[in-house]
Amino acid sequence: MDQLILQFFNVEVMAKAWPLLLRGLGMTALLCLAVIPLGLLGGLLAALASTSQSRWLRWPTVALIDLFRALPPLVLLIFVYSGLPFTGLQLPPFLAVVIAFLLNNSAYYGEIIRAGLISVPAGQSEAARSTGLTQSQTLIHVVLPQALRNVLPDLISNSVEVVKMTSLASVVSLAELLYSADMARSVTYNASPITLAALIYLILLWPVVRLMSRFQRKIAI
Amino acid sequence: MSAWDRFAETFLNGEVLARYLPSILGGVWVTVELSLLIVVAGILLGTALACLRAYRIAPLSLLIVVFADVFRSLPPLVLILMGYFGLPNVGFTLSAFAVLFVILTLTLAAFTEEIVWAGITATPKGQWEAARSTGMGFSQTLVWVVLPQAVRMVIPPLTNRAIAITKMTALGSVIGVPDILNQATTAQSFSGNASPLLLASALYVLLFLPLVIASRRLEARFAWRT
Repeated sequence: MDQLILQFFNVEVMAKAWPLLLRGLGMTALLCLAVIPLGLLGGLLAALASTSQSRWLRWPTVALIDLFRALPPLVLLIFVYSGLPFTGLQLPPFLAVVIAFLLNNSAYYGEIIRAGLISVPAGQSEAARSTGLTQSQTLIHVVLPQALRNVLPDLISNSVEVVKMTSLASVVSLAELLYSADMARSVTYNASPITLAALIYLILLWPVVRLMSRFQRKIAI
Repeated sequence: MSAWDRFAETFLNGEVLARYLPSILGGVWVTVELSLLIVVAGILLGTALACLRAYRIAPLSLLIVVFADVFRSLPPLVLILMGYFGLPNVGFTLSAFAVLFVILTLTLAAFTEEIVWAGITATPKGQWEAARSTGMGFSQTLVWVVLPQAVRMVIPPLTNRAIAITKMTALGSVIGVPDILNQATTAQSFSGNASPLLLASALYVLLFLPLVIASRRLEARFAWRT
């Protein structure tokens, strides 16, 4: 038991690793700030294209969405980071992560927003068009607000997954929270820095996870 | 050499592919085996926990909720590194395969518990009352009446989650599980050629695309959102 505490909950080691982990947390925050808005934007475009009237737009989009949902994010990341350099395109880790996650997240957010768009009754856009609103006005002022509200819990849950996914960036040695913790672990031969990182993720994400559970229950009943 | 030739030599190099095909196919087996084990164990454990929670024994329910919340909040890679590098130092050495299996099973169980529990609470109260009034016990009602309806209701989200978590078997490559990704990155660094990576990506698509398409069909059929 003592050994377990010494190995996983060593306060001394944690204190020493703390400044490094804080810097890592900053990088994780930066990644989230880049990846979540970009993913939402890409997802919105994907959703609009996959619900478009034109089948020439709809089918390729759905195929791309399914392709990126079938690829594990880590595979995509490693392909972008260490496969593309063979074409002469050497990306810095941060950019590689942003591109790989943009492709993955656009597919996931895209599916969620698409479900939202479908959930808005056709009468809504017909009524809006008949009042003289143009197609894009109808979309922006009438359909989209309702669509996004209907799938808000799913959008938030997916964003939690995105924050968790940023830990994959450690594999391409981007110094985010998990990478910093693992550095500290390999220097101290002690797993406590990773426990500390886990606690930080837990403090950040648990409230959101709990909130979503309660929210979904309210909808279910 | 034309641009296409250069591209083909880098990404579709037959010689390199032929040399590393056996090891990468071995990786396919590891990925498939792990995925099946995780899906079966994770869904069974998660469903069992959701059923236990239905008995509403306060301390037990609290434990289950805390377990599910923690494993839904933590990135699996954090737990994998913790298990793989931390446990041996306390005299508890697990193989990389075992660590990956345990962590991803617990993660899937946590999500399954939450999803199935939502299904159980969404089953109309009248179903409980009707079953109990025919003389069935609480456990009988839960297993034979409520659970089948609950599971049916939550099949689409459960399928999506199971796919997302089995895709995470690729994380095993970080701790040296010889899965598709691990074999491909090894082959790539030995050969100095990107073809193994492209092959690995193609294999993942081959494995998971049918599942993704099936889940899309399921979603349309069960119409989870009304």
